[in-house]
Amino acid sequence: MIRFDHVWKRYPNGREALCDLSLEIDRGEMAFLTGHSGAGKSTLLKLIALIERPTRGTLVVNGQNTGTLPRSKIPAFRRQVGVVFQDHKLLMDRPVYDNVGLPLVIAGVPEKDIGKRVRAALDQVGLLGRERNRPLELSTGEQQRVGIARAIIGKPSLLIADEPTGNLDPDLSLEVMNLFKRFNEVGVTVLIASHDLHLIEQFGVRRVVLEGGRATGGDVEPMPEVISIVAERT
Amino acid sequence: MNTWLERHVQTLVGSLGRLWTKPFSTLLTILVIGIALALPACLHVLVQNVRSASGGWGNALDISVYMKPKASLDQARQAAERIRKRRDVESVTLVKADDALEEFRRGSGFGEALDALKDNPLPHALVVRPAAGARESARVAELSEELRKVDGVDIVQLDTAWVSRFNAILDVVRRIVLLALGLFALGVLVIVGNTIRLDIENRRDEIEVTKLVGGSNAFVRRPFLYNGVWYGLGGGLVAWLVVTVVMTALGEPVQRIAGLYGSRFELQGLGLQGSAALLLGGAALGWMGSYIASTRQLRGIEPK
Repeated sequence: MIRFDHVWKRYPNGREALCDLSLEIDRGEMAFLTGHSGAGKSTLLKLIALIERPTRGTLVVNGQNTGTLPRSKIPAFRRQVGVVFQDHKLLMDRPVYDNVGLPLVIAGVPEKDIGKRVRAALDQVGLLGRERNRPLELSTGEQQRVGIARAIIGKPSLLIADEPTGNLDPDLSLEVMNLFKRFNEVGVTVLIASHDLHLIEQFGVRRVVLEGGRATGGDVEPMPEVISIVAERT
Repeated sequence: MNTWLERHVQTLVGSLGRLWTKPFSTLLTILVIGIALALPACLHVLVQNVRSASGGWGNALDISVYMKPKASLDQARQAAERIRKRRDVESVTLVKADDALEEFRRGSGFGEALDALKDNPLPHALVVRPAAGARESARVAELSEELRKVDGVDIVQLDTAWVSRFNAILDVVRRIVLLALGLFALGVLVIVGNTIRLDIENRRDEIEVTKLVGGSNAFVRRPFLYNGVWYGLGGGLVAWLVVTVVMTALGEPVQRIAGLYGSRFELQGLGLQGSAALLLGGAALGWMGSYIASTRQLRGIEPK
């Protein structure tokens, strides 16, 4: 489903976020992405969502090479990938219904089907009946779940999440993670970046650890961050 | 297809609703566009009116043919008969010397001075109106040349110079109207473009989110295009109102002037066609301004 092949990512300001990263996530797999902040977790996810492109190496997502995909194909590519953001990225001036239904509107789904699917998605995240509320009237946990509903409503085959439990208390976090587990159980490939090791340990799934810092001799300037991949199956 | 149409109608109405939420700035934009469109529209209507008013001056092309002072009434009648047979002549009116004197006495106020004259100093005259197909200045000049050769004719007077001058001036004015239209259309493009640019800047977050979940540039642009159409349509409506008010305000005094000249001329407004052109033209300009501005700007907004 996702294959990083010697991928490097250097930002225009010179910061090297990923160095020679190779990693493969199988179809239908669920994996956690951990590591210290600044280890490149967010960059990795942005490469998968095609918000950024690799500087070197190849990244193939769902059979498509993200390095060479033309700009005009990016919207269609993104529709196959559900993304949950740490800061939710909701439209604050629109009701929950509009937020969750947005991917379907973009995909050109008929209005009457959108209503049904929005309610189904909200039901799955336990927010049925809140579609008329605006995001600001909801708690952070609820907003996060609206973001998840929006990510899954298009029935993507791949779901990625960047610190989805970052602002939640332990109970809510567990609930959200269980939600992701349920999507994985129906065949969705799930990749979640999280630094909440305690939480992750409760799930018996693969952990991908990104690590920054590698010493090279003789260089006086600050070292670029180097990532080594430790993939362990528990 | 149905979903597509449904979506467009929804966006169309949605963008109107969005404009409604900030009525003051929307109104301001529409007023500016309206005034910019109203100026060339008013000029156009005025020129149209002047043209239709001057169109009634077919008699300005009449040729005055004066018989020699010695020529008798019979001679004049014969000449009129001969001229009437020509194919490039519509009609010939004989003005007898006595009638002409009588009219002059009444119209000029020199009645008493004329009474002092022993004889009638005026000759018989013919008023020749060229046929409809022969009213270009070259044909008319040719005709008057021929008339000069008719027996008993003394002077042929043709006064078309001022008509052609007037038409030439009118052509210049029409061109000025066209230029003004182009200039103001450009202005409307810039106004709409700039307004849309600000709209886009204000909704940057929303655009980023929409692109994140797979919205294409065309999808993101659509509401802004409709915004532009609404601005343009509103501006066209304002311009239409301005033109109508101006024409109504001018109608009465113009009619009074026309009355003084013995004409039944009435000011014509934009008419159905002109109104439609103004509204549709406004909408089209709005769409274009928005298209140019949004296509450029939306490309630069990508999620981070």
